[in-house]
Amino acid sequence: MRTKTVRHPLGGLALVCAAALALTACSSSSTAGSGSGPVSASSLDAALDKGGTITVWAWEPTLKQVVTDFEAKYPKVHVNLVNAGTGDKQYTALQNAIQAGNGAPDVAQVEYYALGQFALGKSLQDLSKYGASDLSKQYSPGPWNSVSINGGVYALPMDSGPMALFYNKKVFDQYQLKVPTTWDEYVDDAAKLHAANPNAYITNDAGDAGFTTTMIWQAGGRPYKVNGTKVSVDFTDAGSAKFAGTWQKLLSDHLVAPVTSWSDQWYKGLGDGTIATLAIGAWMPANLVSGVPSASGDWRVAPLPQWQQGQTASAENGGSSLAVMKSSAQQDLAYAFLKFANAGDGVQDRIKGGAFPATTADLDSQAFLDTAFPYFGGQQANKIFSDSAKNVATGWQYLPYQVYANSIFNDTVGKAYVSSTTLTSGLKAWQDASVKYGTDQGFSTGR
Amino acid sequence: MPTATDAQARPRTHRAGTVPRTRRRVHSVDRPRRSAWVTLLAGVVMLYTLVPLAWLVISATKTQKDLLGSPGIWFSGHFALWDNIRQTLTYHDGIFGRWLLNTLLYVVLGAGGATCLAVLGGYGLAKFDFRGKRTVFALVVGAVAVPTTALAVPTFLMFSKMGLTNTPWAVIIPSLVSPFGLYLMWVFASEAVPTELLEAARVDGSGELRTFVRISLPLLAPGIVTVLLFTVVATWNNYFLPLIMIKDPNWYPLTLGLNAWNDQAATAGGQPVFNLVITGSLLTILPLVAAFLLLQRYWQSGLAAGSVKE
Repeated sequence: MRTKTVRHPLGGLALVCAAALALTACSSSSTAGSGSGPVSASSLDAALDKGGTITVWAWEPTLKQVVTDFEAKYPKVHVNLVNAGTGDKQYTALQNAIQAGNGAPDVAQVEYYALGQFALGKSLQDLSKYGASDLSKQYSPGPWNSVSINGGVYALPMDSGPMALFYNKKVFDQYQLKVPTTWDEYVDDAAKLHAANPNAYITNDAGDAGFTTTMIWQAGGRPYKVNGTKVSVDFTDAGSAKFAGTWQKLLSDHLVAPVTSWSDQWYKGLGDGTIATLAIGAWMPANLVSGVPSASGDWRVAPLPQWQQGQTASAENGGSSLAVMKSSAQQDLAYAFLKFANAGDGVQDRIKGGAFPATTADLDSQAFLDTAFPYFGGQQANKIFSDSAKNVATGWQYLPYQVYANSIFNDTVGKAYVSSTTLTSGLKAWQDASVKYGTDQGFSTGR
Repeated sequence: MPTATDAQARPRTHRAGTVPRTRRRVHSVDRPRRSAWVTLLAGVVMLYTLVPLAWLVISATKTQKDLLGSPGIWFSGHFALWDNIRQTLTYHDGIFGRWLLNTLLYVVLGAGGATCLAVLGGYGLAKFDFRGKRTVFALVVGAVAVPTTALAVPTFLMFSKMGLTNTPWAVIIPSLVSPFGLYLMWVFASEAVPTELLEAARVDGSGELRTFVRISLPLLAPGIVTVLLFTVVATWNNYFLPLIMIKDPNWYPLTLGLNAWNDQAATAGGQPVFNLVITGSLLTILPLVAAFLLLQRYWQSGLAAGSVKE
């Protein structure tokens, strides 16, 4: 899905509340787990035949169709699909409900970056007992890696966000820019473009934790290492330094537009050519089609620029999963819904609705690869996305309190975007604040 | 408020300094001295207040496409206000109407209830002596200082234990408590209702309830309207409390609903509907504007109470 972007004056406060509750709260909640032994497929069928009502908290728009089809197939099951807020708002609500001990849903949509927080907080059911581990081959490695935490499977991947470079071909043609294959070329393009048209920028960046971490991911940095309750944060590794060095050039020369992603200004810039590229997840096309209709035909997709000529490394930007809450009294039904939505018929519903799949069968299917995007001038963009999905660099981990860590990104790294602070010292400040918070929460932290 | 004639007034007062006898202006309460700085400041404040409103009104006349493709503070070619209103009212099966009704429900029961309680409590505290009055006073003044936002999470946990979260009661019950309203009513009642009048009524054999309804309430009317306006605005704009309490979009107030629409723009596969968010916001403030226009004359007369000895 998307990365954390919504900013509301009170959002920060809500987050702090959520974070404060996060680890202390989650331990008290497990009550209704239905035993620990393995659950067979036949008992899932029995649960579906018996029926019941489950509540699903999700904001993903294509799930509506999935629910309709699920209810048509299993008429005794009623799915109460609730949009309890997008991203952080929903996590806050979830933490509050967990803390209170009631009011939590049976199934929740959780972005990959936030999954660790809920899984290690023992709020989510380990799906291994349903045989979810056997589904590993169905998914591309990036998303599967994200849902596999501490030897358990805590969710099923709903979609994925292998990164690619979206660029405005009209702008590139107009200023005779070469589509960059490396980040150094990207910086050159940025300078040329801005010199040719002072209103135009290669991209926007006002400080976005999700973007920064995925860029470091692609550059080979592995700042977060999590092993049980042992956590280390280190933004001084080579990958992080590569990103900070290159991106600092763009910031120092004011070559990126100081526009917050997903704002109306951002949509405007994507439409009028003043924001010329986006390095973002493969789920972006649907948003361009609905949000920037005026630029239809202008945009194209290229593989993500590399840190070294000739490499093919990629990373996952955003993406979310569906998880079964440990507090759910209907875990069997909840898992049956998860399987339908993320590994069964529901996947097709979602692809039709414009979602980007995490399932390899779909990523490799000829029909999927051959899809021509009228928005991209008929380009078969899925070929690039599918390659990117296969090339997602392995070994990335998020913090078990990443939602909190991302919420303080703007107070630390964000300073580099508005003052003379460098990205490197911003990352150091982020590291220190993250380590301190981890220690306060009872993790054994270090570098 | 100073007017545009100020620009002419300024050189005149300047000359008045050099030729005092002939051009002297007499300043009185009715004709106060005009200050260019105050005028300028008032002008800036006025712009600061009105520009966002103008932006809102102008933006509400644009389609989603024009919104992103035309300058912010002037009209685009295509006048889409009526179409935007129609879309706002029908989008997602017309859930905007439901949110409007929810907000009205929260305001009528929440703000209405809060006003009733504030009037009863404030009157009682102002006109009756009892033990512990000072303690109550300290509590009320202390409560004014506690931001409701800080209480939201503990309130949530309490309500959750009572099984009230995700129901309208979770928004209405906390709204019933308005320490500021109580304090205001208390101060107002001690000024506006002469104790001698109450004594006279008691001597004539009127019961306390009858005295309250027939004599005190009419005297308190301006204060009641003031408290009502405050609580209505607070409840109408309430965001954080419903955000924490309500998960079912069918029980959202307008603030949460519009915010949910706004968030759609930041969701993979979600459709940005900035034009509907803006038009919805405009529709949302109209009832408040109407409430102010209708109630302001009561309010104005109330603000002067007690300032002049009759």
